[in-house]
Amino acid sequence: MPGPMKMRATLGQGVTEIRVLMTHPMETGQRKDAEGKIVPMHFIQNLTVKLNGKPVIEAQTSQAVSRNPVFSFRLKGGAKGDKIDVSWLDNHGESNSTETAVA
Amino acid sequence: MNSIRRALVAAFVLTLVRPLAALAAWNKEAFSAKTAGDALKNLGIANATPTKDISVEVPQIAENGAVVPVEISSAIPGTTALIVVIDKNPFPLISRFDFKEGALPFVKVNVKMGETSDIRVLAEAAGKYYVTTREVKVTIGGCGG
Repeated sequence: MPGPMKMRATLGQGVTEIRVLMTHPMETGQRKDAEGKIVPMHFIQNLTVKLNGKPVIEAQTSQAVSRNPVFSFRLKGGAKGDKIDVSWLDNHGESNSTETAVA
Repeated sequence: MNSIRRALVAAFVLTLVRPLAALAAWNKEAFSAKTAGDALKNLGIANATPTKDISVEVPQIAENGAVVPVEISSAIPGTTALIVVIDKNPFPLISRFDFKEGALPFVKVNVKMGETSDIRVLAEAAGKYYVTTREVKVTIGGCGG
């Protein structure tokens, strides 16, 4: 089941580095459970990174991203205290988001 | 009475439309394509120029296909998108990242690979597409498991 997210954003040498973890099974629809039944697809489809409320990165992903994905992104410049917001939406319509300030 | 009904209908339609609009942002045709060629066609990419200006850091040999680290970045000026395609995966299109003002064209993420395959990374800049290809040998596939 999709669960909590963790994020860190740090400023160094004019670049803000964002590392964000999403708890998500990312089921491919190819795997079988213990009873031999196919586990249905369940994966994150959309990902949005916002800087101070403005979208800066928008991603579309497939089921081939690893389970509990960790994404790293980089932003040009940035300042300490800038707000970074990351949200995702999966193929079941479930979603989650997390917010942090650049440190 | 009528205006209340109209307001209710409008609210109902809005709740229906919003998830649909969100889903439209996911290119179903491209992600459902079973060959890299079809996936690219559905993304509207007819041809891509080979380049050395896209950096693709992947292991030469991946022991576990379920977790293959991929680090990509583009040095092409004005890069607005990076696209990852794994030719031999059941569904080759992995991700499309769109970068807006303020973001650098860089992504690091782990992906799943079914078997040894080429990884193609495409960059879009000023409406043109560029590509760099790397091969990753996979010891144990990561799609079934």
